[in-house]
Amino acid sequence: MSDIAVSQSAVFTGAATEKRPVRIALTVIALAFLGIFLLLPLVSVFYEAFRSGFGVFLKAISDRDTLAAVRLTVLVAAVSVPANLVFGLAASWAIAKYDFRGKSFLITLIDLPFSVSPVTSGLIYVLLFGAHGYLGPFLQSHGIHIIFAVPGIVLATVFVTFPFIARELIPIMQAQGTQDEEAALSLGASGWRVFFRVTLPNVKWALLYGVLLCNARAMGEFGAVSVVSGHIRGKTNTMPLQVEILYNEYSYQAAFGVASLLALLALVTLIIKTILEWRYAEEIAATRRH
Amino acid sequence: MNAMTEFADDQSIALGAPVGVTIENVAKDFGDSPALHGVSLDVHAGELVALLGPSGSGKTTLLRILAGLEAPTSGRVLFGGEDTLGLPVQDRNIGFVFQHYALFRHMTVFDNIAFGLTVRPRRDRPASAEIRRRVLHLLDLVQLSGLEKRYPAQLSGGQRQRVALARALAIEPRLLLLDEPFGALDAQVRRDLRRWLREIHDRTGHTTFFVTHDQEEALELADRIVVMSKGRIEQVGSADDIYDRPGSPFVFSFIGESTLLPVEIADGAVLVDGAPSGLAFGETGTRPATLGFRPHDVTLVSDDSPAIRGRVVAERRHGARRRLELQVGPKHLRAEIDVEVEASRTLGSLVAFRPERWRIFPA
Repeated sequence: MSDIAVSQSAVFTGAATEKRPVRIALTVIALAFLGIFLLLPLVSVFYEAFRSGFGVFLKAISDRDTLAAVRLTVLVAAVSVPANLVFGLAASWAIAKYDFRGKSFLITLIDLPFSVSPVTSGLIYVLLFGAHGYLGPFLQSHGIHIIFAVPGIVLATVFVTFPFIARELIPIMQAQGTQDEEAALSLGASGWRVFFRVTLPNVKWALLYGVLLCNARAMGEFGAVSVVSGHIRGKTNTMPLQVEILYNEYSYQAAFGVASLLALLALVTLIIKTILEWRYAEEIAATRRH
Repeated sequence: MNAMTEFADDQSIALGAPVGVTIENVAKDFGDSPALHGVSLDVHAGELVALLGPSGSGKTTLLRILAGLEAPTSGRVLFGGEDTLGLPVQDRNIGFVFQHYALFRHMTVFDNIAFGLTVRPRRDRPASAEIRRRVLHLLDLVQLSGLEKRYPAQLSGGQRQRVALARALAIEPRLLLLDEPFGALDAQVRRDLRRWLREIHDRTGHTTFFVTHDQEEALELADRIVVMSKGRIEQVGSADDIYDRPGSPFVFSFIGESTLLPVEIADGAVLVDGAPSGLAFGETGTRPATLGFRPHDVTLVSDDSPAIRGRVVAERRHGARRRLELQVGPKHLRAEIDVEVEASRTLGSLVAFRPERWRIFPA
């Protein structure tokens, strides 16, 4: 038995020629790393949240301020994800389908939120719209409050999550080129019809991934939001900010309770992504191949 | 005659009446590099025209200008006498077939072919039963009946290109434009589809342009061939014109196999490397020129009479004959001639020959 196994592996290992102990060692290192740095923290979040029982957990997350934070987080995501959906589609459409001056500059610009620290992003908005900022006094005199209010939080979130959808779409749109659109145009379709019947269906899976990732980040963003929020309880605290406040007040149970909701969001995002990939594997493959 | 009722006739796939096309001085610049320099061409309704040339010759640019996918920098394009300037792609009513098919991958074969009909504004859109009838009819025409529920990814290359053609025909185009339609297919499928495209053209009578870099395809398929090079039309003519009466050294060397030698014309004789070649050219005076001949149009000379002489540097089997590669004169000019299979020569031996049919081009 073992003789056969050995001779077979000798025949079929091909490019991967590492010996068995090496392979085991590499696998163990990878798994240990994943376990310690990813799985363990995730498990401990849920462990801490439920340590004193489900009732305590429910009570912690049904606190009035916490519920307000959940509502605000959902609102922020509900505004910034559609906004970035439109921006992202427009930007990647322009980049992938047209040639124009400054195209590479635009691509760099789209990546900017990835390379700038979120705190800096938040400060930019304070500088622009704050009480002592460039536009703040003018806006405030017209009764428009942006910093330390919901609009500021939405703006900061839109800024930070801008690249997610565009980044997913640009490569696939570039790879697909413009022939499908040209074919549709030659068949008499108007610009909008081409977009909705050809361009959009061609990128729908990439778009869905982008939306999922964008949503996860929009709900989880801390740094930029923290700068512009002002931490007004029940008013301008999103879930991540609420976690910080609770933690700083030594309400560990409540802090982990809210944190577990955010962790749950991450898990649900991953599960949806996996289900989509599994359920529509063939269609996704067909979209990417040409 | 109403195109729709004609379409309903099961014998023919009909169309908006095919139109003649006039191209007047069309030029196109991409940035600084000109792709077309003032091209003019007249094509009759129902003609099948090949745009033939190497890559970079401007043939695809010209096709895309006809489609309205590119705008000419200057010049005019007329469809049946009507200026198309400013007429957007959607309103041109042309059928365009791409080299890589450009089928809508998320739609079935049926929906692909029906696309051009279903995107029409409501008042021009046929009823869905009528659309269905037409699509099935087209599927029959392109010999793909029964595959209407397949997706493009489930079809072979040849099948995809036939779907693309059916989709283009579905809108009853005035003009059919094909951009290297068989370029992505393997040799056997290419030959079959070529014959089949000619049949479809003869049945439907569209004015058709197709772009190709394959001379065999152009010679076999087209009524007229437009040979292009470096953004200019080199020659327009039938396969016989192009092959037997090439208008320039480029056409001569691009179509079929050929040898071009720099020669001198001196008082009615053609001198190769300063020596008489035995060819007479009725012209007085002296001037440099280019002599062109095809490898199979030569006879060997065994005596000392004037001929072109060269040393054999290579020989290889070429179909039913044997091809000799010769080095002519001290300047190492290269010439290729075909000889009988039995007439094998050792490398380095001297061979004398005279072209039977030949042409003189300006140097």
